[in-house]
Amino acid sequence: MMAALIAIALGALTAGGVYLMLRARSFDLILGLTLLSYAVNLFIFFMGRIRIGAAPIVDGKLAPTLANYADPLPQALVLTAIVISFAMTAVLLVIALRARAATGSDHVDGRDPIQ
Amino acid sequence: MSWTHWIVVPIVLPLMTGALLVLIGRQAPGWTRLISLASMLVLLVVAMLLLRQADDGAVQAYLLSNWRAPFGIALALDRLSALMVVLAALVGLAALLFATGGDDRRGVHFHALFQFQLMGLNGAFLTADLFNLFVFFEVLLIASYGLLLHGAAVARLKASIHYVGFNLAGSALFLIAVSLLYGVTGTLNMADLAERVPGIGADRAPLVRSAALLLLTVFCIKAAMLPLNFWLTDTYRSASAPVAALFAIMTKVGVYAVLRMTTLVFGDTGGLAAHAASPWLPVLAMATLGFGALTALAAQQLNAVVAACVIASAGTVLLGIGLATPASVAASLVYLVNSTLAGAALFLLAERIAAVRGASADRLQPGHLSGPRAEFGAAFFVLAVAVSGAPPLAGFLGKAMLLQAAGNTPLAGWVIAVILASALLIMVAMARSGSVLFWHPARAHTPLVSKEGAAGSHEAQRWSLAGLIALLVACSVFAGPLSRYAQAAAAQLFERRGYIAAVLGAQPVPAAFDVRREMRARQTGRP
Amino acid sequence: MTAATAVPLLALIPFAAALALAATGNTRRRFAAWLAGLATLAALALVAATGPAVFSGAVLHWSVEWVPALSLTLGFRLDGLAWMFALLITGIGALVVLYAAYYLDAKDPAARFFMFLLLFMCAMLGVVLADNLVLLVVFWEATSLTSFLLIGFWQHRADARAGARMALTVTGLGGLCLLAGVLLIGHICDSVQLDVVLASGDLIRAHPMYVPALILVLLGCFTKSAQFPFHFWLPHAMAAPTPVSAYLHSATMVKAGVFLLARLYPALGSSEPWFWIVSLTGLTTLLLGAYTALFKHDLKGLLAYSTISHLGLITLLFGLDQPLAVVAGVFHILNHATFKASLFMVAGIIDHETGSRDMRRLNGLWKYMPWTGALAMIASAAMAGVPLLNGFLSKEMFFAEIIRHQGHVALQWLLPLGATLAGAFGVAYSLRFIHDVFFNGQPVGLTKVPHEPPRFMRITVEMLVVACLAVGLTPDWTIAHVLAVGARGALHGGIGGTLPAYSLAIWHGLNLPLLMSAIALITGVALYFSLHRWVNLHRLDSTPALPKHGGRDVFLILLENGRQRAVAVTSGLQNGSLQRYLLLLILFAMVAGAWPIVTASAPALAQSPAPEPGFGFIVIWMIGLAAVAATVIMHERRLLALLPLGAVGLVVSLTFVYFSAPDLALTQLLVEVATIILMMLALHWLPAESAPGTRGSPARCTRDAIVAIAAGGGVAWLAWSVLKLPVESISPYFLETTKSLGGGTNAVNVIIVDYRGFDTMGEITVMGVAALIIHGLLSDWRPAEAPALPTRPGDTHPLMLALVARLLLPLAAMVSLYLFLRGHNLPGGGFIAGLVLAIALVMQFVGSGREFVAQRMSMDFHVWIGWGLLIAGATGIGSWFVGAPFLTSTYDYPIWPLVGEVPLASASLFDLGVYLTVVGSTMVALIGLARLSATEPPR
Repeated sequence: MMAALIAIALGALTAGGVYLMLRARSFDLILGLTLLSYAVNLFIFFMGRIRIGAAPIVDGKLAPTLANYADPLPQALVLTAIVISFAMTAVLLVIALRARAATGSDHVDGRDPIQ
Repeated sequence: MSWTHWIVVPIVLPLMTGALLVLIGRQAPGWTRLISLASMLVLLVVAMLLLRQADDGAVQAYLLSNWRAPFGIALALDRLSALMVVLAALVGLAALLFATGGDDRRGVHFHALFQFQLMGLNGAFLTADLFNLFVFFEVLLIASYGLLLHGAAVARLKASIHYVGFNLAGSALFLIAVSLLYGVTGTLNMADLAERVPGIGADRAPLVRSAALLLLTVFCIKAAMLPLNFWLTDTYRSASAPVAALFAIMTKVGVYAVLRMTTLVFGDTGGLAAHAASPWLPVLAMATLGFGALTALAAQQLNAVVAACVIASAGTVLLGIGLATPASVAASLVYLVNSTLAGAALFLLAERIAAVRGASADRLQPGHLSGPRAEFGAAFFVLAVAVSGAPPLAGFLGKAMLLQAAGNTPLAGWVIAVILASALLIMVAMARSGSVLFWHPARAHTPLVSKEGAAGSHEAQRWSLAGLIALLVACSVFAGPLSRYAQAAAAQLFERRGYIAAVLGAQPVPAAFDVRREMRARQTGRP
Repeated sequence: MTAATAVPLLALIPFAAALALAATGNTRRRFAAWLAGLATLAALALVAATGPAVFSGAVLHWSVEWVPALSLTLGFRLDGLAWMFALLITGIGALVVLYAAYYLDAKDPAARFFMFLLLFMCAMLGVVLADNLVLLVVFWEATSLTSFLLIGFWQHRADARAGARMALTVTGLGGLCLLAGVLLIGHICDSVQLDVVLASGDLIRAHPMYVPALILVLLGCFTKSAQFPFHFWLPHAMAAPTPVSAYLHSATMVKAGVFLLARLYPALGSSEPWFWIVSLTGLTTLLLGAYTALFKHDLKGLLAYSTISHLGLITLLFGLDQPLAVVAGVFHILNHATFKASLFMVAGIIDHETGSRDMRRLNGLWKYMPWTGALAMIASAAMAGVPLLNGFLSKEMFFAEIIRHQGHVALQWLLPLGATLAGAFGVAYSLRFIHDVFFNGQPVGLTKVPHEPPRFMRITVEMLVVACLAVGLTPDWTIAHVLAVGARGALHGGIGGTLPAYSLAIWHGLNLPLLMSAIALITGVALYFSLHRWVNLHRLDSTPALPKHGGRDVFLILLENGRQRAVAVTSGLQNGSLQRYLLLLILFAMVAGAWPIVTASAPALAQSPAPEPGFGFIVIWMIGLAAVAATVIMHERRLLALLPLGAVGLVVSLTFVYFSAPDLALTQLLVEVATIILMMLALHWLPAESAPGTRGSPARCTRDAIVAIAAGGGVAWLAWSVLKLPVESISPYFLETTKSLGGGTNAVNVIIVDYRGFDTMGEITVMGVAALIIHGLLSDWRPAEAPALPTRPGDTHPLMLALVARLLLPLAAMVSLYLFLRGHNLPGGGFIAGLVLAIALVMQFVGSGREFVAQRMSMDFHVWIGWGLLIAGATGIGSWFVGAPFLTSTYDYPIWPLVGEVPLASASLFDLGVYLTVVGSTMVALIGLARLSATEPPR
């Protein structure tokens, strides 16, 4: 049940991201990629399975096993992933606005099919 | 060579140099060139040392942060990774030298970005950890974005939206694949994966295979495999010559990753996940090769022809990997070295030609060549021979080896047909380009507009070109040793034990100055 | 031994000379000619030197290893056949060099010419001397490449360029087929060494792959020797300077094909397929060439087609598959080389002295150049097969073999008939060559008055003609031995073997062959004069009874269509639309990801106990889904779309909290804030709304929606099926050792800075580089237009925000420091701390607007990035000095006032690097954008 709910959430994020990625405007692309990165980050995170109230801060009270603590590794990976995707998004954003200024269009292909 | 830290130097050296260049970049532009070149030279030397080390056949592992694999990140040096690191250093040095001809002054931080790019490349070649591989992919990608945008011409801005956008999607896919693999097998270390995947249960196997294919998909984006390579032509064309030359090695990162994973983890020893890609890879590789050849034939501009040749070369190498026999992989490696050098050199030459052909640049139309025609012509001839895989240069030898290796595979007929046909197409394309560029007189003398590359000293550029061509010739003259090394590397890849044992067996070292009290405990191997 | 070492030198000398020419850069014709001439003579001398050994029946070997992987040695092998060809190549080569020295114009770059010629000579010698088939292919392709350069020597001429490319394409194609064939042969008798291959003919013929191999090899031979239907490239190669034609198209290049036929005859010959393919191809080519030659008005055109027909004759001889026929073939190779070379040279002289090669204008040259005329007469008589000349001897043998052949009934009459017919046409065009040029009225509109050529130019022709005569009159004293040794090489690959009995006598008595010759002679003469009289060849502008469009047009059409098709295909696939590319990627990934799961037999997944979702979580995600939907729906109204997007981010970070990942929650939150600020700033320079009408057709949107939902479904499925699996991971190790060995209770943070510190190092590099890129893009850019949004941040935000922000700053700094220090044990760490500070600073800028930014624009955050990376790297390197690997961390717990026990790990130093980089990068990026909004847009 919980798993299904999480899966649905991930699926929704992915679907939204993919749909926006397939739009024609650079900004839509960026929105899409942002949504997708949310989905991906959660995906990585949940590869450590579902744990509630078991932050991996080992204070010695409990035996250091995955029974008592959430899996710390995926969390660390997510941290890295978040940072990288943030940096990438920023870059793409700036490229987008420079390209728009240079080509006069914010179409991802640099030209409007209409005109 | 008793010093154990050499392996990590190809990553740390560019990092430190790059950081330093960020600091002094804008104050002392004169120094940046010097430092950048010097560091690149050192890198080349180190790479050579590593090659010699690796050639003794033993895989060396290096435990970063002194944590035992698979818990920490490990680097592993085998013949393949050493070869790739050397190749990267060679191409990098040539490109950098060429860039000092003026391309590096067309924007800020060129040299820093260049160094970071090399850091990314070397990291990708050396790491034995899948997620770490992702990180280095990102490093080399973001550096490549920067280099591509260097000088921010309109064409580059347009191309870079495609390039960055597409690769971001790829990175997302990469993360999904890696984490999926972790979720199912519980590890990230390649050697550990190689250990665990064969024993995987039937309930997990489909997920592992699916993760494997997703992973290979990502690698094939970088490796420019059809239908994931449409971003390549415009990107490489719009980049400045030295950057494009460096990119010639970048597609090989994808190839490397495919080769590493298909031999180490998803090879024929992969248990239920074995041969994850085997039905698709060779077929798509052939399609890629054909597509590259057609694109070369269709191209209207020299650097587009070259970009197409890069695609074709990627296709050829992937084909050798897809056939998945030691012989075919060895052939691929020989071909990879040659075609990478040739591609890089052709990108450089294309810019030199464009610079002296005035308005008609490197478009394949009659134009006035106001430069050392004979010199360019000779260079072009040699490179054309090299890139179209015609004898006597090593490209031909690689292809011949591949044909020979294909002989015993079910696809033999197709492989031979596709390889020979595409070779012919590329030869025709090259002959056409050459005769138009060098033989066809201009109808009207077009005035020499100062185009990119026209400025700056040409000596550096000539030297870098000469160096690459000399390397190509050397590859052919010493094809014997080269092919022997390639065969040894291939054998090492298929004999996975060495790699696994080296990575998983490596023990943390006792530090001389040891405040970490529990260090001793760790040495006793207690997990 | 000395003789053996001479063999590689033989091939090397011309190459070395060519390099020398290139190196000296001396462009004077005399120098180049002398160098080339001497080199060729030296090679010729070596051929002579090796003669005795070869005549004694020895086969000289010399080889060094090259590519063992291909069993490819750089090996040379000199047997009779090779020796004979070497003699041709160097002998006629020497004459051609001499000839060219006088032929070339002062404007022509002589040095380049001779360099190419020498390179070609080297390649050609390589072909005949190679001791293994792969090496032979290498040199074979080299002849194609060098001949490309030679044919295209007069670059300024379009026909030269086209001819060169056509020759390269056709012969190159053949070369590739040959390569395949050779590898097949190597596969069959698993060696490519000639010694082995030539000895294992039976093995090869018995092998199932024999026919494919044969066909591939023959494709190589036929393209090279201009056999039908590949003959068309040869006439167009006539655009080359005449010395080149004399060399390539009489003695060498086109002979390479028939050489290979002779070479591989012991291995591939004497079989049904060989007979049918080779003989019929030869016959067709023989007839077609002879017929067409008669109707060509261009001297070289006539000679070109005559060459084609003679090559056809030789091919036919080898195809007959009879020992004596092979002898005859070898013999005719020699004879044709001599008389055809001389005729080409004559054509060249005429062209040189009259400025024309058109037989419709060249008439009655006899009185201007009788001596040349006489030479031409003898040579063409030899070509026609007139008695007392060498051509006659081999042609007699040819006829004899045709008659001797006891093959298929149909061929019983077809072969003799065809042979005689071809002979007749041969006579006719030879006659035309003489009559039309030297007699038949007066020259028509020549640019200059013809006269005899310079002496040395003529000497070359004289020598060759003398050879024709000598061989024709006294075959036994002159050619017999050479022929014998050559023929033995062809028949037995130089490995022992005996020759069939034959005599080279001029008079064999009245017999059928002689009769055929007579018929050919008479009908030929009659044919020519009747055509001349009643049809007047001059008025024919194309070959009668043949289709107007020859192979050439087919070739060009194929090539052109091929190119257009290529353009269509590639530009159709690669249409420059990112949306298309992304769609392909997504579909590809979906297939790749789904394939194994669909094909797998659905496995019984072990269930792992998962907690039931709490009410909170459900509520959160109700909001989350709504927000996603909202983002998608409102994406065209961008500023608005940022709200739901931010909401999604918030939901994500709440999810992290909910599922016990405080660090992630914090980071996600901060990154979210930074991202939104970034986007808001960026939106000043992008249209506020997606231009209407570019949404894409409803159909397209539905398609994309379906794809999107499918992709989402895929990801969902993957996640779901993993979540059901019992956990299996290396992670327990981290929990067990984070405190004891890692020195921190917060496992996540310890992983980031210690276990996987290397990742973090790469990660901050990415951040730093991103900042550099953004800076590079924005620093030197001033927007041309006013911001797309009507307002600028300076005015948008109320004074309140500015105040709050300023008050906040020191607090934020404190918090950031605190987070930084405690990171190792509790959520926090360099990254989070860095973001806190950075965001606080940005609030300042955004909140306080333009002039505030302007004041602080000087602050250069690059330094932070640089130092950050340097410190991080240096920390890693530091551990080398304690003998530990890169990034090994050490730590201790000093008690600090106020803060309490603080882990002072080297990891924290590393963390400092992270901290600096993060602050630096974020600031560079955000300020870069904020600056834009702050600068006065031009009015």
